[in-house]
Amino acid sequence: MNTEKKQAELMKEISGVNPLKCMKCGKCSASCPSFNEMDIKPHQFVSYVVNEDIESLVNSKSLWKCLSCFACVERCPRDVKPGKLIDAARQLVVRQREQDYLSPNEIPELLDPELPQQLLVSAFRRYRR
Amino acid sequence: MQRIGVFVCHCGSNIAATVDVKKVAEMAMMEPGVVHAEDYQYMCSEAGQALIAKAIKEKNLTGLVVCSCSPRMHETTFRKAAERAGLNPYMVEIANIREHVSWIHKDMEEATKKAVILMRAAVAKVNLNTPLMPGESRVTKRALVIGGGIAGIQTALDIADAGYEVDIVEKTPSIGGRMSQLDKTFPTLDCSACILTPKMVEAAAHEKIKIYTYSEVEKVSGFVGDFTVDIRKKARSVDMDKCTGCGVCQEKCPSKKAPSEFNRGLNTRSAIYTPFAQAIPNVPVIDRENCIKFKTGKCGVCAKVCQAGAIDYDQKDEIVTEKYGAIVVATGFDTIKLDKYDEYAYSQSKDVITSLELERIMNAAGPTKGHLERLSDGKAPKEMVFIQCVGSRCSDDRGKSYCSKICCMYTAKHAMLIRDKYPDVNVTVFYIDVRTPGKNFDEFYRRAVEQYGVNYIKGQVGKVIPQPDGKLLVQGVDLLDNKQILKEADMVVLATAIEPNPDVRKIATMLTASIDTNNFLTEAHAKLRPVESPTAGIFLSGVCQGPKDIPETVAQAGAAAVKAIGLLAKDKLMTNPCTAQSDELLCNGCSTCANVCPYGAITYEEKQVNDHGIREVRRIAVVNNALCQGCGACTVACPSGAMDLQGFSNRQIIAEVDAICR
Amino acid sequence: MSIEAKEEFRPKIVAFCCNWCSYAGADLAGSSRLTYPADVKIIRVPCSCRVNPMFILRAFEKGADGVIMCGCHPGDCHYSTGNYYARRRMTLLFSMLDYIGVENGRTRVEWVSAAEGVKFSQTMNEFVEKIYSLGKNVRLEDLRCRQ
Repeated sequence: MNTEKKQAELMKEISGVNPLKCMKCGKCSASCPSFNEMDIKPHQFVSYVVNEDIESLVNSKSLWKCLSCFACVERCPRDVKPGKLIDAARQLVVRQREQDYLSPNEIPELLDPELPQQLLVSAFRRYRR
Repeated sequence: MQRIGVFVCHCGSNIAATVDVKKVAEMAMMEPGVVHAEDYQYMCSEAGQALIAKAIKEKNLTGLVVCSCSPRMHETTFRKAAERAGLNPYMVEIANIREHVSWIHKDMEEATKKAVILMRAAVAKVNLNTPLMPGESRVTKRALVIGGGIAGIQTALDIADAGYEVDIVEKTPSIGGRMSQLDKTFPTLDCSACILTPKMVEAAAHEKIKIYTYSEVEKVSGFVGDFTVDIRKKARSVDMDKCTGCGVCQEKCPSKKAPSEFNRGLNTRSAIYTPFAQAIPNVPVIDRENCIKFKTGKCGVCAKVCQAGAIDYDQKDEIVTEKYGAIVVATGFDTIKLDKYDEYAYSQSKDVITSLELERIMNAAGPTKGHLERLSDGKAPKEMVFIQCVGSRCSDDRGKSYCSKICCMYTAKHAMLIRDKYPDVNVTVFYIDVRTPGKNFDEFYRRAVEQYGVNYIKGQVGKVIPQPDGKLLVQGVDLLDNKQILKEADMVVLATAIEPNPDVRKIATMLTASIDTNNFLTEAHAKLRPVESPTAGIFLSGVCQGPKDIPETVAQAGAAAVKAIGLLAKDKLMTNPCTAQSDELLCNGCSTCANVCPYGAITYEEKQVNDHGIREVRRIAVVNNALCQGCGACTVACPSGAMDLQGFSNRQIIAEVDAICR
Repeated sequence: MSIEAKEEFRPKIVAFCCNWCSYAGADLAGSSRLTYPADVKIIRVPCSCRVNPMFILRAFEKGADGVIMCGCHPGDCHYSTGNYYARRRMTLLFSMLDYIGVENGRTRVEWVSAAEGVKFSQTMNEFVEKIYSLGKNVRLEDLRCRQ
């Protein structure tokens, strides 16, 4: 298995999403509040994973523009959940930097009053389900 | 000892490609009782059947095993072939080596092994088969149609025209169904009422058709050719014979606040009402929940104004029991509830409506007298947005997994009609795919785009946001432009998914007809028997079987009628001889079997028996073969093992188990 | 150790399917080409209520490693009430089998309608996997039956 394919598989595993279920209705992009900020649009994430072009996905601006509001996850009629894919792509980046381990002792230090609210909210949304 | 012939079918390459058919035939020769085994390309073909007939005669066969496709497919074919060759048809068993072997396994060795085992099980069973003779049962020459929409009306008319009596049972106060709510029909833009009303009148006037409106099927018993049905005629509170249909009562009724079901709750009706002007029968019904007389005891205006004295507040529900030979289900559909789709703001804004509601708004008899206007403020809209696939094609738990089939076409129709009547209104349609399979359908859709300038956008709508000024902000996407769109609209129309009438599950249970996870009734064969239920004597008409438009519904209604006529035309039916039988020497008359029998087929007799020389009178279970449907519940319930099921006897099934575990 | 034990373990699994729902579901799985292991062999019965507990005991006696019974969904029985009887019988039988050492995983009841080919194949895949994990059934087998 080449690296691209491996990465695509990893993405699917982390996100728990089957991109083949997508029927290309575009409801994710229609729901997205940061659509205009993104270079790769939410509905395109799926085809990047299907085509195993993870490199472009990981390097895209969209990854860090997504607010994790999960409107796309909520409204996707096919259970594809592009938001989860974006989340997985972020995970992938973090893992590549080998920063995916966090000891409980470090957490209080990281809780900074300057921390954007959105981050906490999105963390709640993400781990709620 | 039986003399068994084993016939292995190649089914072209369907079986032969994954199962070594020669090997199966070879192995068959080693089984006890097998005197003949051969394989052939197509066993079900005339030549294949001739092979079977020849072998029966030449080898004096007493039993047959055909290793081929599912018995649900060709069991009858081979049984008939055996019968023609002089063998009892119930001496034939099928080993299903296509659906259960070749189509699901890829490894040839493994598949062949399994095929051999299934063949062995069938041979073991045939070794214990006994010739069975079917009995006869009579056919009641009368059909019941459940549902009085276009499907039910058409089926009833076709059956009645063939000369058989038909009863229609309709739940609402009038026949007509969904089609009566439509304004125009695609793709010809015929006025719906103009083509439906004559049919309704014809059905009402037909001497062979009897219509029970405001009635429901309460109980069904019996079986093909001889169903007994209880119909509950709900209390109308109006005497059908005396009422002249003048309509004064509806005018004078002081309670006018009940939501009109016919207008989808967009306006109100009186408590005594006919659903719509062309209702058949033109006899009103008192809605007791909203009637002041029934709520407080003080009113009685309708009785006072009725010249004919037709109002009867004391009327009670009445149960009519009728016998039928065939039952056609035509229960139709409803649109799904939209409470799980908050993003479209259906519950927040009066100007977000379903397509069926738009249909009523466009209709001259509707809540706005046919004027296109916003329900919130009565203003004429300038921007209209249609959203496709609302609740259709969803794999989550909010919607339906299937395509509702009719939405693409009716949306094109609505868009076209609006652009035609109000050229200053801009119409935008958000779609995922436009599906127009059907005669003149794609041309119709193209006309909407090319001739009427309807703006089709490929993409979905994520959210509809009601604005303080009453407008609706539609946030959607144009996938071809890769742009998000924010559009201010005056009205939003949702192409809401359709679902089978919620009552159909109850009816299917009564009829023991199978139903799928989406509540559509299952057909006997998806391709070859699309209008029959697997339950004999039950036929399917219209959307209760799957989404379809009016022409398809009418076509299927006719097909269901023909199938019902085919049944009613027979004087006698052959009954299934695979019935239960009790061994009078083992039976101790305990009544356990009679308690579990769903058909009341088991009775008890005092009978003289000869138990190894001891003659005595004993109470013994006797099975009525005409009533027994052969489920086998009694055979397992019987504590003494006296009950057995012919064709699926204890010994036969154990022989199969043994052969499989060998 | 006998030579037999060294052979690859291939379980014998008997499936009882009612004619109206589950057998049709199995046919649909077939015509939709949804695979499941060949270890499953289906016996057609008119209704799940025709399955005598004796048949299941017999299967285990003859060396079956698992028995699954499929019928129409509760309420959808072609004979109105058959699967209710079957459900009660099997609950009793399976708890008795568990008591005498035939693990609960070796027996299963599943409702499969005529339209659920996917469910049929999924169920069979799961069930066979479970039997593989449980290994050969050594209880109840009548060794005299071994050929």
